[in-house]
Amino acid sequence: MTEQLDAGLVAGRIAESGQVSEPSAEREMGRARRRKEDARLVTGRTMWTDNIQLPGMLYVAFLRSPMAHARITGVDVSAARSLPGVVAAYSGRDLAEEQGSLPCAWPVTEDIVIPDHPPMAVDEVRYPGEAVACVVATDRYRAADALEAIAVDYEPLDPVLDMTEALAEGAPKVHEAGNRAFTWKFAGGDIDAAFRDAPVVIDRAYVQQRLIPTAMEPRAVVATTDGDGFTLYSATQIPHVLRVMLAMTTGIPEHKLRVVAPDVGGGFGSKLQVTAEEVLALLLARRLGRPVKWTESRSEGNLTVHHGRDQLQRIAVAADRDGRIRGVRVELLADMGAYLMLVTPGVPLLGAFMYNGIYKMDAYDFTCTGVFTTKMPTDAYRGAGRPEATFAIERAVDELAHELGMDPVEVRRRNWITREEFPYTTIAGLTYDSGDYEAATEKALAMFGYDGLRAEQADRRERHDPVQLGIGVSTYTEMCGLAPSRVLGSLSYGAGGWEHAAVRLLPTGKVEVVTGTSPHGQGHETAWSQIAADALGVPFEDVSVLHGDTSVAHRGMDTYGSRSLVVGGVAVLAACEKVKERARELAAHLMEASADDVEFDGGRFRVRGTDEGRTIQELALAAFAAHDLPGGFEPRLDAEATFDPDNFSFPHGTHLCAVEVDTETGRCAIRSYVAVDDVGSVVNPLIVEGQVHGGIAQGVGQALFEEAVHDADGNLVTTTMADYLIPSAADLPEFTTDRTETPATSNPLGVKGVGEAGTIASTPAVVNAIADALRPYGVRDVRMPCTPERIWRALAEAEVTVPAQSRAAVPSTSEIAPEGGAR
Amino acid sequence: MPRITVSVDGVTYEEEVEPRLLLVHLLRDRLGKTGTPVGCDTGNCGACTVTLDGRSAKSCSVLAVQADGSEVVTVEGLARDGRWHPMQEAFHAEHALQCGYCTPGMIMAAIDLLRDDPDPSEEAVRRGLEGNLCRCTGYTNIVRAVRRAAAEMSRVPHERAPGAAEGREAAAS
Ligand code: FES
Ligand code: FES
Repeated sequence: MTEQLDAGLVAGRIAESGQVSEPSAEREMGRARRRKEDARLVTGRTMWTDNIQLPGMLYVAFLRSPMAHARITGVDVSAARSLPGVVAAYSGRDLAEEQGSLPCAWPVTEDIVIPDHPPMAVDEVRYPGEAVACVVATDRYRAADALEAIAVDYEPLDPVLDMTEALAEGAPKVHEAGNRAFTWKFAGGDIDAAFRDAPVVIDRAYVQQRLIPTAMEPRAVVATTDGDGFTLYSATQIPHVLRVMLAMTTGIPEHKLRVVAPDVGGGFGSKLQVTAEEVLALLLARRLGRPVKWTESRSEGNLTVHHGRDQLQRIAVAADRDGRIRGVRVELLADMGAYLMLVTPGVPLLGAFMYNGIYKMDAYDFTCTGVFTTKMPTDAYRGAGRPEATFAIERAVDELAHELGMDPVEVRRRNWITREEFPYTTIAGLTYDSGDYEAATEKALAMFGYDGLRAEQADRRERHDPVQLGIGVSTYTEMCGLAPSRVLGSLSYGAGGWEHAAVRLLPTGKVEVVTGTSPHGQGHETAWSQIAADALGVPFEDVSVLHGDTSVAHRGMDTYGSRSLVVGGVAVLAACEKVKERARELAAHLMEASADDVEFDGGRFRVRGTDEGRTIQELALAAFAAHDLPGGFEPRLDAEATFDPDNFSFPHGTHLCAVEVDTETGRCAIRSYVAVDDVGSVVNPLIVEGQVHGGIAQGVGQALFEEAVHDADGNLVTTTMADYLIPSAADLPEFTTDRTETPATSNPLGVKGVGEAGTIASTPAVVNAIADALRPYGVRDVRMPCTPERIWRALAEAEVTVPAQSRAAVPSTSEIAPEGGAR
Repeated sequence: MPRITVSVDGVTYEEEVEPRLLLVHLLRDRLGKTGTPVGCDTGNCGACTVTLDGRSAKSCSVLAVQADGSEVVTVEGLARDGRWHPMQEAFHAEHALQCGYCTPGMIMAAIDLLRDDPDPSEEAVRRGLEGNLCRCTGYTNIVRAVRRAAAEMSRVPHERAPGAAEGREAAAS
């Protein structure tokens, strides 16, 4: 080395180049930072998987089953193979030896039936859209063209569409082993005693319709190999989990497989999956020795991105006359679809501990049966199990209030866990660490103008106004921050729930945070920068966050279940603390002081009681130069940390919705929506608010618009965005949101999960409002989605003859679903 | 194969295209203009929105040959001298994007909306953006962003609105 690297010299050069930024005096925690991610997203300099072009890249297209259930008696791809631009074409049989079976990581019971799930169907198709053959060609148009030259012979089999019928004796079978996948039971307290002689029992059945998650970015995969190792780029939420699972299913050794999640355009659980297309892309790259890309069309995605919800719920609430809840009994049928995918059977279980909601009770009993049908498998969709649970209990509690002639807020008040009672172990065995339901509810009621709206409602009822006002209440909590590995293990989940972070101070004093979370819209680059900036006393701008590539972020459990901040963000903090301890040791050495005498404040280590100090940036450079280090001190300022909390995270809140329902046309419009959420301490209020807004919109989508509909033959009818309606700007009101802050006690940041809260809370708020508007008309319920037609039919079929003067003429009845109307 | 000439973000391209090639695929696969994404196959989502001769168009619903002789501006062509368009600024300031997949189309559609109605009410923004779907934000912040940009643009008109004649000259020069 000719020029000796002098720490002071380098520091001077950096200072001259203007690169040293001062840490801001303001704490980053709680600050509404604009997002770092936005720069590339608002200018189009993004890296969506479909943007990737590699030399020699080929395009894959899949031929998909036009039938829900059929035996495959022949597939002939030869004509496709000879078309111009076509490099290869394969049937399922061609790949049968090497394609393996798609994994299910959550065998919820000992005797669960987990059928073999070939990525490409070989002998039988069991849901519409299942891949039966593929073409690999030089461009996407040619690949699509060549699909038409493939001949497939099917022998139709009976579709299995209705869960109750599927369980009946003699029903056609989806799999040889029968249509029952598992039955899972859970109980606490003496449920018989709770129901015996109960003065009031509310017993209701609700339908959680099948939903299509509809992330705006369709799935896309690029697979490539250099002959030794493989790289898979995928629009996935789970690059780390995917790598492990693909190593297990494809036989590609884990250390030869790199998985990258580039920019990912939303997921909502739909990209928490090991998909057939990911496996097949890897196999095709291996066979052909060339990079391959597959990007789904939206209609392909509606068919074959896993669906969400789809449960038949029966909930019974036993209560005393004063409104006190004695017990809750729940029986579920959960539609698994045709196969068990990554966490399919576990989704209803995530709700199993939540049907008691925020309420105290003596007994609880839960049974869930997973049922196979000839439909696309279901799996995680925003909230996964908890929206269903919250819907059922919040709807039932509103019904209880009505039954008792009590205000729905008052019934809740009489049953909820009071602020003094935390930590509180519920009848379902979870310990809610903290919460303040009183505060969130009071704030929401005030913002909403609850009493004024009730007065207006009374007035409209009095006047027989054809447009009635309904008020819906939803006081939710949820278990999230999927973590405690120990608990996940006790539920038979195949992996843990820890999260990992690495923090490196670079020689110039800048900071790299490497996270095992895999953001796809949640703003981790911004929020993790805020956490690191506070912990290390460095400027927010000096932190960059690396993620989503298994060769960069070596360890991780990825992003779902509102876990990223409460597990991954805390891991970042823990890694920063370790870095600081190393820096303190170095500072003490350089200042010839004892480490105990060195205090840290605002990015500077100072010897107590003196002016002598070193900034963390100076220490980074000193560690890099390594000229003068304590004995045995490795020349670097970095650290890793893995965090595995002891408990879940329990955000809560109160959502209030006012709807106007036109009793003549069935039209329903949300007039106002107020949400007060308590997600503990907040890192970035802007991001939190955004998560709440988006969550509410998705929950409203389920309440009013969305449903995956199959015809009598089992074909999916809602394959396009024209048929499967996600809310547009014109369909939604402005949401009014606020927060209360009750810090979590389960992690040092005091934070709680926020990603799913809005979706969990909002669906029952909206449907409770509709039911509230229509109750005087004798309507007890409207099945979701509460379309104008369903509302109109519910009114038409209601027992009570309506005060309304005239019932308008029958609207045109393009019946969407076979079983519309009131229940 | 038909030969077309099209200007995209100020650069003129001459391309031979299959008559069935969609404009969005010309942009993405041939010209490397991947800032404009595709979200559906039925013209419903608006993710692919660009301006075509100054008016917003869903580039998945236009054939490349139909754009012959036209000027296309994508989200990549909005910044001027390294400064973002006020609509881009407003989306950032109001946190009007999360995953950002809808954002290019949303921004292009919103700019066109302001051409017709420089000071839209909340209601008008919601109606005007009905053809652009976002799954992440719930739209509240998008509406705020569009109205913020409207206020900002009435104060300081963004020089050379996208699709204005200067763009074409710049491309030709
Ligand atoms: S891609 Fe959906 S409208 Fe163009
Ligand atoms: S920001 Fe994700 S779809 Fe709009």
